[in-house]
Amino acid sequence: MTQGIFNIPFLAVAALIGIGLYIIVFDRNLIKLVIGITVLQAGVNLFLVSLGYRQHGGVPIYTNACHSNMVLPVPQALTLTSIVIGVAITAFMLSMIMIIYRHTGHIDAKKSRKLKG
Amino acid sequence: MMETPSGFWGPVPWIISTVVAVVIACLIRTLGEKEHKSGVQGQEFLMGNPRLPEEKSHIRAHNIYWGFFQGLRRYYEHATNMHTGIINDYIIWFLSLLAIMLMIVFVVEVI
Amino acid sequence: MSSLLIHSPILIIAIPLLAAFLTPFISRVSDRARDALVIATLVFVEFLVIILAVDIYRDGPHIYALGASSPLLAMPEHYMVPVRIVLQVDAMSIFMGMISATVSLAAAIYSVSFMRNETGKDKFYTLLLLLTVGMMGLEFTGDMFNLFIFLEILSISGAALAAFRTNFADALEGGFKYMCISAVAALMILFAVGIFYAQYNLLNIAALGQAIQYTMLDKIALTLLMMAFFMKLAGVPLHMWAPDTYSVAPAGITPMIYVASQACMYALFRVCFSLYGVTLNTLTIGWIVIVIGVLSMFVGVTMAVRQSDIKRLMAYHAVSQSGYMLLGVGVGLAVLGNPQALAAYGKQAMEGGIFHIINNAMYKGLLFLTAEALFYSLGTRDLNKMGGIAANMRYTSIFFMIGALAISGIPPFNGFASKLLIYESVYQFNPMLSVIAMMISIITLASFVKVFQSAFTGPILPHFRVVKEVPGPMLGGMGILTAIIIFFSLFPGLIVDQLIHPAVEALISRGAYINAIMGGMQ
Repeated sequence: MTQGIFNIPFLAVAALIGIGLYIIVFDRNLIKLVIGITVLQAGVNLFLVSLGYRQHGGVPIYTNACHSNMVLPVPQALTLTSIVIGVAITAFMLSMIMIIYRHTGHIDAKKSRKLKG
Repeated sequence: MMETPSGFWGPVPWIISTVVAVVIACLIRTLGEKEHKSGVQGQEFLMGNPRLPEEKSHIRAHNIYWGFFQGLRRYYEHATNMHTGIINDYIIWFLSLLAIMLMIVFVVEVI
Repeated sequence: MSSLLIHSPILIIAIPLLAAFLTPFISRVSDRARDALVIATLVFVEFLVIILAVDIYRDGPHIYALGASSPLLAMPEHYMVPVRIVLQVDAMSIFMGMISATVSLAAAIYSVSFMRNETGKDKFYTLLLLLTVGMMGLEFTGDMFNLFIFLEILSISGAALAAFRTNFADALEGGFKYMCISAVAALMILFAVGIFYAQYNLLNIAALGQAIQYTMLDKIALTLLMMAFFMKLAGVPLHMWAPDTYSVAPAGITPMIYVASQACMYALFRVCFSLYGVTLNTLTIGWIVIVIGVLSMFVGVTMAVRQSDIKRLMAYHAVSQSGYMLLGVGVGLAVLGNPQALAAYGKQAMEGGIFHIINNAMYKGLLFLTAEALFYSLGTRDLNKMGGIAANMRYTSIFFMIGALAISGIPPFNGFASKLLIYESVYQFNPMLSVIAMMISIITLASFVKVFQSAFTGPILPHFRVVKEVPGPMLGGMGILTAIIIFFSLFPGLIVDQLIHPAVEALISRGAYINAIMGGMQ
């Protein structure tokens, strides 16, 4: 049972990735598509952080360290980097959608397309 | 020279042999009739139709290989319809291929 | 000189990165100074790549540990694993690096005059240099997470460049699609990196290669990585973004985005050969790569014949030609576990595939540039509206003809040399694949005959009588690529022996790649 409780973050990861992919696949609204990508990013980031967790782990700072057991610091560094990249991507995609809307008057993936075939 | 599994490829011998072949072809050509084709012989003949103005006689891109596309009409209908241009569909392709690959990778291990 | 050589792996990445953020400031002073800075940076990068390449081909791979007391010290003392970010440059990486540096340089020279009348050029050159950084980093890195970072740099700058001409609605759409698929693919890669870290507590590719077990989780990670890279390199049926994005990007950028896709193909090969190597089921994975390659060849070329937008046509050809590379290297991967077959034809198939990468980067780049030269002069990309422009654009027609003959595999051009290697070696693996590859080559020629006939030959259309040849720097950019194509055509043996063979050896010999980092432990 104590083991089972540590799987909850991974269930959350699966749920977030599932929701993210569902939005990306089924929603033709471009802004919602970006939201889907953000949710997907959140899922992957949560995955990275939660796999670095150790049971009863403390903060991985050596000054005033009171725990012998620490959580892994590397996944946290990875997550931080990934969050920064994610923000950049989100902002960039939203600004692109803005100009797409200006040109075509639609933010629907089907109505705003010009390239196919 | 570049070694290939069953021989070699060198552009220089190829170029030399091509040049030799062209020279021989030109020599044979000089043996032919030298008289200039004049009169009716030199005129174009378009099934008795009048000659088109220059800009209309150019064959545009969409007329080229018409028969090829007509023969493969059903393939092209499918292929163009698949390329919908909707970004969501691109992701659907990605996810379905991902699922198929996962199945292949795991099933092959079992067999 | 020797310290320059030791530090060159990081300098190749750091100098364009620094220059990228310097360009907006220089741009305030003068446009000419900025153009000169960009060209000078790329020339210097090319110079560094070449001296590094000479050294690597002579003395073996370079490693560069960031933040270590000595950059050559990959493994810190008292540590069992490399904890630092390591750049690992072997013959294959530097081979791809040379392609990227050369194409970036040609693209920048071409862009100087192509972009003359556009606004926002300071940002344009920043992004161009960042795209170079992304490609170089992706090719040089020895670290899985770093690979993700550089992939993102490459994707963001590539998408921004593709959408650069915001006055066209389709440019935005192409850029948005590229960004969207890149974001999803990169997240899959990050997930795979997480899986690796969860199992082995490692991020270094060489260290992971030593530890990897091919467990169930590794299989999932492999599938995620492979599909993400297939998406990025536009393998059918994940190719659909490619024609949309390539056809709308500004001229010089299309070859660069294409080379960026090739960099992703390099990452795929690195993962398959160096990270997993013989631990994976080589026959299955090899056949997956081959099947996607054959599909790419077939669908790419048949769709290309039909297009009437000249850049879209070229973009479909880019998809089709990637198939040849996947076919060649896929055959090598399929026989990786079988030393006899590998020696008999596997290595040569891989040589063909990898030779095709550099050939294709050059002539495909040239064709993209000529297509955009037509757009620049005529103001349309529609083949149905073109006709008889060979009379007014002589040099462009000659460049186009050389590129078209090379891509169709007509001797004596370099495309023929690499395709011959692929045909002959793949024939020994499976004759049917070789027959398909030859048939695709014929359709390729047919589609370029269509372009040549409809755009260049025939009587000149009245409203194109005033059309002039494109300006000098644009011809210069095309000229560089043409010169390289002719050089490769004349000396295929030299190129294969000196450049391709070491690269293939570096890709196959997984032990050497791992030992370069982990060697200190044994």
